[in-house]
Amino acid sequence: MIRLERRPAPSAFWTAGTPVLAVALTMVAGGVMFAMLGKDPVATIRTIFWDPLFSPQYAAFSRPQLLVKAGPLILIATGLALGFRAGIWNIGAEGQYIVGAICGAAVGLAFYPLGGWYIFPLMVLAGGLGGWAWAMIPALLKVRFGTSEILVSLMLVYVAEKIVAAMAVGRLRNPEASGFPGSRNLARYPAASNPELIPGTGLHWGVVAAFLAVAVIWLVLARHRLGFQARLAGLAPRAARFAGVSPGRLTLACMGLSGALAGLAGLFEVAGPAGQIRIDFGSGYGFTAIIVAFLGRLHPAGILLAGFLMALTYIGGEIAQFVIGLPAAAIQAFQGMLLFFLLGLDLAANYRLRLGRRAAA
Amino acid sequence: MSGLAGIDPIAVAAALIVASTPILLAAIGELVAERAGVLNLGVEGMMILGAVVGFAAAVATGDVWLGLLAAAAGGAALAALFALLVLGLLANQVATGLALTMFGLGLSALIGQGYIGVRPPPAGRLDLPGLTDLPVAGRLLFAHDVLVYAGLALVAGVWAFLRYTRAGLILRAVGESHDAAHALGFGVRRVRAAAVVFGGACAGLGGAHLSLVRVPQWTEGMTAGAGWIALALVVFASWRPWRVLLGAWLFGGIAVLQLNLQAAGVKIPVEYLAMSPYVVTIVVLVIISADRTRAALNAPAALGRPFHAAG
Repeated sequence: MIRLERRPAPSAFWTAGTPVLAVALTMVAGGVMFAMLGKDPVATIRTIFWDPLFSPQYAAFSRPQLLVKAGPLILIATGLALGFRAGIWNIGAEGQYIVGAICGAAVGLAFYPLGGWYIFPLMVLAGGLGGWAWAMIPALLKVRFGTSEILVSLMLVYVAEKIVAAMAVGRLRNPEASGFPGSRNLARYPAASNPELIPGTGLHWGVVAAFLAVAVIWLVLARHRLGFQARLAGLAPRAARFAGVSPGRLTLACMGLSGALAGLAGLFEVAGPAGQIRIDFGSGYGFTAIIVAFLGRLHPAGILLAGFLMALTYIGGEIAQFVIGLPAAAIQAFQGMLLFFLLGLDLAANYRLRLGRRAAA
Repeated sequence: MSGLAGIDPIAVAAALIVASTPILLAAIGELVAERAGVLNLGVEGMMILGAVVGFAAAVATGDVWLGLLAAAAGGAALAALFALLVLGLLANQVATGLALTMFGLGLSALIGQGYIGVRPPPAGRLDLPGLTDLPVAGRLLFAHDVLVYAGLALVAGVWAFLRYTRAGLILRAVGESHDAAHALGFGVRRVRAAAVVFGGACAGLGGAHLSLVRVPQWTEGMTAGAGWIALALVVFASWRPWRVLLGAWLFGGIAVLQLNLQAAGVKIPVEYLAMSPYVVTIVVLVIISADRTRAALNAPAALGRPFHAAG
């Protein structure tokens, strides 16, 4: 008989090993799915994970995309990780991302067509504040009324999606676009654009911010009171209270931080790769970032790696779509599968499998 | 506002009952799972999988009944996966529920590719001779599809099951204190797995009502947060079956009203009307949770807590 025995502390080996194993298992299960879709599984996996980096045909285009896609994922996921550790579930990062983009773009468009060094920094500030404010809604409702932050933050994603659609056809619409929805292209407005900093790399300010966030959150988790309190509250909520951790203040801090980072990600996206506010601006980064956070074991260094891996599946998925006609939804299902394997394998980190009969107590 | 005059109150009320059915079905299933102590945040994923599987099966066989059966099976299968992870492998409930939703959205889009723009076989209306022809009540109460009545029957059935049967009592015991239930010799994991799978089947049926009856068509992401609203509905209802019905009518009413206002050409941008169901959900959640003692008293005590029989 197989029994599970709780480990006194999570196994270090399995904590690091499960993401690798989960990725491997997802490739196998994904291969089965691709085969069922009538595609050659090995070729498809190679197209997704190998071709974006090394194919002579696509690598020149797709390598820079790696940073473009990984940037927002990492930026959002590092913020989420802190809250997830504390058991504070901000799953509405997608909404904060959208609102950050709207606020930042609105500030930039307000200055159009002026020039000035101060415009882009102001937009960054507005983007971060917008995401922060949007996250404060579930945070304050949680602290004041005990309302589930999960449901409220998620509902606010739908609200944000409607707002961005309203903005694209209303207040922020490009007045010179003869009635077409969508704002002016910020990428073509030098004072407000978030350009590629080193040509051919995909590096933009959002990627720089993502790397900074990884470093800062790492420091916060390892050395700062906030990080300690978050970890403590997640592992032992009662002990945390006795130790003087205020759950309300922790909720506000974690939600606010993750919201601000998601808002920044939105701003850098709208001023750079996306260029404009469109009806369908939300691209799902906020949800994929949740997978990234878990795949990275809620640790900044892990998130950095996980962000790149997830970006790879996006880019590889696009190539597979283009070259072998793999449906876009297959990649979404693939990413969901990865999270399943990851969560299921967590068992190995927290429990020991024992074969045979129970030992005498 | 002249536009309002064009809205027929009886038509609105009848539409309300139809519009509330998907969330009613999903919410009553989730209620059972939560009363057993399992928080399954994957309702949205199970609903949309039910929507597409039911649609595909109905189109393939030409039979709506087989479609509904397939939808329930699809939702239940996804719920079984959740049960395996959460109950078998002790995975985090919140994260696994999210994974279920993301996977369900992806998988449904994948399955549904060939079905965009296809018309499903018509769902039969259950007309009752005599009753349906009644002046007001006829159109309001007796001219709906089968799932509308099934939803009402399900609410009554779940209420009676939880209140009057021994199995219902065991299910509630498992949800209130799994350790005590375990000590009494009840199979905590078995009861929970059954409750979760039942919830999945209900969510699948709810999704199928959207794709086969209400819309009736398949579009990607067509549930548009209905699963999440169903989750909120369970909290709103304080885990009581009849209040779920009340809440479903409230949300159905808002959905129908905003559509009618859009159609009547009221001078509010469409986007702001369309966000009203989500805003109302938040407001209602706040009002319910503001009364802390009541919310805390009604929630199943072991909700969301993992169970591991140690030693």
